[in-house]
Amino acid sequence: MPGTDPLLLDEISLLLVWTAVAIYVLAFIAYAIDLARRSDLAIKAKDEVVARELVTAGGGGVIDASPRSSASGATPARPRYLWARMGTALVALGFLFHLAATVLRGIAAERVPWSNMYEFALTGVLLVVAVYLVVLTRFDLRFLGSLISGLAVVLLGGATLAFHVDVVPLADPLKSVWLVIHVFVASLATALFALAFGLSVMQLLQARRERKLAVAAASPDAAAPRRSFLQTLPNADALESLAYRFAIVGFIFWTFTLIAGSIWANDAWGRFWGFDTKEVWTFVIWVLYAGYIHARATRGWRGTRSAWLSIIGFAAVLFNFTIVNVFFKGLHAYSGLTS
Amino acid sequence: MTEPADGVLRPSDHADSAPPSGEDIASPRLGVVGWLRWGWRQLTSMRTALVLLLLLAIAAVPGSLVPQRSADPNGVTQYFTDNPDLAPVLENLSLFDVYTSPWFSAIYILLFISLIGCVLPRTKHHWKALRSQPPRTPARLARLDDHRDVVVPVPAGQDAETVAAAAVDTAAAQLRKSGYRVARYDGRGTFSVSAERGYLRETGNLVFHAALVGVLIAVGVGGGFTYTGQRVLVEGQAFTNSLLDYSSFNPGRFVDSNALAPYSMTLDRFDVSYIPPGQPGSGQAGDFAANVTTLTPDGQRQEGQVRVNHPLDVQGDRVYLLGNGYAPTVTIRNAQGEEVFHDSVAFLPQDANMTSLGVIKVADGMPEQLGLIGFFYPTMDTLTSGALTSTYGDLEYPVLTLRVYAGDLGIDDGTPRSVYTLDPTGMTQIAGGDSGTPALRLMPGETQDLPNGLGTITFENEAPAGATGYEGSVKRFASLSIHRDLAGPWVLGFATLATLGLLAALFVPRRRMWVKATPQGDSVRLEYAGLARGEDPTLAAAVDHVVERHRPSLPAPGDQSLPDTGKVD
Ligand code: HEM
Repeated sequence: MPGTDPLLLDEISLLLVWTAVAIYVLAFIAYAIDLARRSDLAIKAKDEVVARELVTAGGGGVIDASPRSSASGATPARPRYLWARMGTALVALGFLFHLAATVLRGIAAERVPWSNMYEFALTGVLLVVAVYLVVLTRFDLRFLGSLISGLAVVLLGGATLAFHVDVVPLADPLKSVWLVIHVFVASLATALFALAFGLSVMQLLQARRERKLAVAAASPDAAAPRRSFLQTLPNADALESLAYRFAIVGFIFWTFTLIAGSIWANDAWGRFWGFDTKEVWTFVIWVLYAGYIHARATRGWRGTRSAWLSIIGFAAVLFNFTIVNVFFKGLHAYSGLTS
Repeated sequence: MTEPADGVLRPSDHADSAPPSGEDIASPRLGVVGWLRWGWRQLTSMRTALVLLLLLAIAAVPGSLVPQRSADPNGVTQYFTDNPDLAPVLENLSLFDVYTSPWFSAIYILLFISLIGCVLPRTKHHWKALRSQPPRTPARLARLDDHRDVVVPVPAGQDAETVAAAAVDTAAAQLRKSGYRVARYDGRGTFSVSAERGYLRETGNLVFHAALVGVLIAVGVGGGFTYTGQRVLVEGQAFTNSLLDYSSFNPGRFVDSNALAPYSMTLDRFDVSYIPPGQPGSGQAGDFAANVTTLTPDGQRQEGQVRVNHPLDVQGDRVYLLGNGYAPTVTIRNAQGEEVFHDSVAFLPQDANMTSLGVIKVADGMPEQLGLIGFFYPTMDTLTSGALTSTYGDLEYPVLTLRVYAGDLGIDDGTPRSVYTLDPTGMTQIAGGDSGTPALRLMPGETQDLPNGLGTITFENEAPAGATGYEGSVKRFASLSIHRDLAGPWVLGFATLATLGLLAALFVPRRRMWVKATPQGDSVRLEYAGLARGEDPTLAAAVDHVVERHRPSLPAPGDQSLPDTGKVD
């Protein structure tokens, strides 16, 4: 947009970012209330079913409205989670502001808006939210809503506070189509790993609850586990399969990130691989997720142990994005924070 | 899982394999062969592969915490200076060369042996599976997780056997059309078709793992045929592609350093632009471009540009732009007025505004050898402390300052010395510092006397006649890196293959499907069942789909479909 002051555009963009963050905070609250209320809802739903079954018992009909979840990951008869709906609506609204902010930043800079730490965060979190919203159309993953919106608040808010820099022209090494491809695909992979991470966390919680339930069922004196939102979630196995499905798509994107990065490195630095710090961490993450995939196929590692690998993998992704970018010395000095 | 994973040979501790029998664990005595076999089985087990993968991930981490010789040799030197006690310990653990260290190598070599031990038998097995029939229909399909039951009546005037056979015929045809390999197993009063699809999944898995071996070999072998050389070229200078003309040269093991592609290259001009003051990012340099002319032995002259991200291809070599800077041209004359030094000297940039440091050595023609340590400021300014600094990268107010030392340069005894450093121990400082004479300070075109009547020094103005300001008054240099890389394309090829294999291995569903028809007097019982081989989240839907497609071909009235009662899919 020639003639428009890029600084002004960036200021508007910032305003939109903070609006988005505020809306994500509200979404987080709504989702948190949803989780807190789910156990009650589940009990109520069960009571209703029991009541209906009593009513229809004479007719011999079978009503499959038990809140027990199915392996496909969707709860069969969806209870109406009002707060969760509100959360999703808020996330969608926040996403629109966020999208506008990101596009505006791109216009202000006259290039793709993912060329320094602040912009990586802006676009990366945008993709996390986008993937979450897209996935919601196929799977009811609203139980991950508080995690995703919480992650969005922390990462986007934190990055804006800590990493925001004014728009400056690109440094020469960043003028490459590979910037567009490599970073974008990496962000996409991160978004998918984030979902897998959330599901693996839920899987661990659910597995613990299932173990307790089993114990309670086996011995009458053992206390039954407390009621919790976990009752309304798919079982641990289903959560694991779903986590795996996101992780493998993320893994493909990450593999591509690795290859695209090597091609770029070969153009920019004259070698496709040199164990630069960022390269090391990209490799470590790739190997961790390869380990996760193997763990799921290995007897004795399936289940809880493989879930931990998915969690460690995502921790490494976050570490790579934050700590490695800012504090580690290397050729990938593109945080835009120095000099 | 009701069936052992017979179609795919996997490590025995694969999640889908049958659990190990008691015998395996309790074998009391093993001979040497027995132990070897046991060891091999351990090495090629899934658990070992997994542990080795995790070890590899962990082992790679220290290389990002400690500077590595391969990526950051200066960092290593600095580390030794900063941590004199710790550094030797780390050195003994190969922590400055993690990725070539014995322990790192051990991990990945074991991993790849395990991988090969895994892939070879599976390839053989898969090869056989590819050419054999889908296996016999299990006797009790109802035991499978994904199972549907349909009972259809036999229309009047037909017999149940015919209806059942016809139904299975149609099912077989439909399955074949959907990409299944099918086999009929009729007999003992039932008709059935056994179908399997998704062999590509296992093919992809094998291709992926084999391609990883390919990547490793390409890197290992290709590295032997690769060379890199560095050369600094000042505007107007030329170099020939031979060992002698490089300032540093790293050939792989199999490179014949005397047979490099013969060509020469001249740096005609180095372009750079700066963002003017007052704009965002002011002072930032960009659009670096080394404009060069190459001359091949057959007399062909070709102009080209070396830019960041855009290396230049010359005769199979690739030329990269590594760095750039100023190369002030200095002329020194002795007391008799004879020229004893005239050269453009590359000064190494020290900061973003191109404050640059360089060294001039005058070996002959003076009563004593002279060494000069110079700072060049393209746009000089004075800090409040009185120290000089550069405030902008371009030539706005270029100033060269020089400290002068007289004595023995130490270059006559054959010890190699870097052209970028001067060790003044044993020399007397005659200008600058505590010498009593101020450091020399020149702008382009100026000449000054050297101290002690030694002669004169001139900072030449290289600007073409008629230039305004200081534009072009000081030459620039480009630091070029010349590579021949035979590994790259192979590595890329194998990596692409690996990705394609991975896509197939992860997303092509491999499954078996059975349709069985059992005549039961005046009705026929149809059973449909599917079995996933590996991850297959869409199996249930696929079985439903088979049922749906089959239904129209069946006798219509009164048919009822019972969902499998055992499980919710
Ligand atoms: C360089 C090391 C290795 C890497 C990076 C690696 C990576 C992978 C990846 C990404 C997959 C997923 C693809 C698929 O499911 O088909 C996979 C699967 C598999 N890998 Fe590896 N692998 C390595 C070594 C090994 C070794 C040493 C073995 C032998 C023990 C092995 C056995 C398998 C098996 C059996 C599967 C199929 C898993 C399943 O059925 O879900 N891998 N590997």
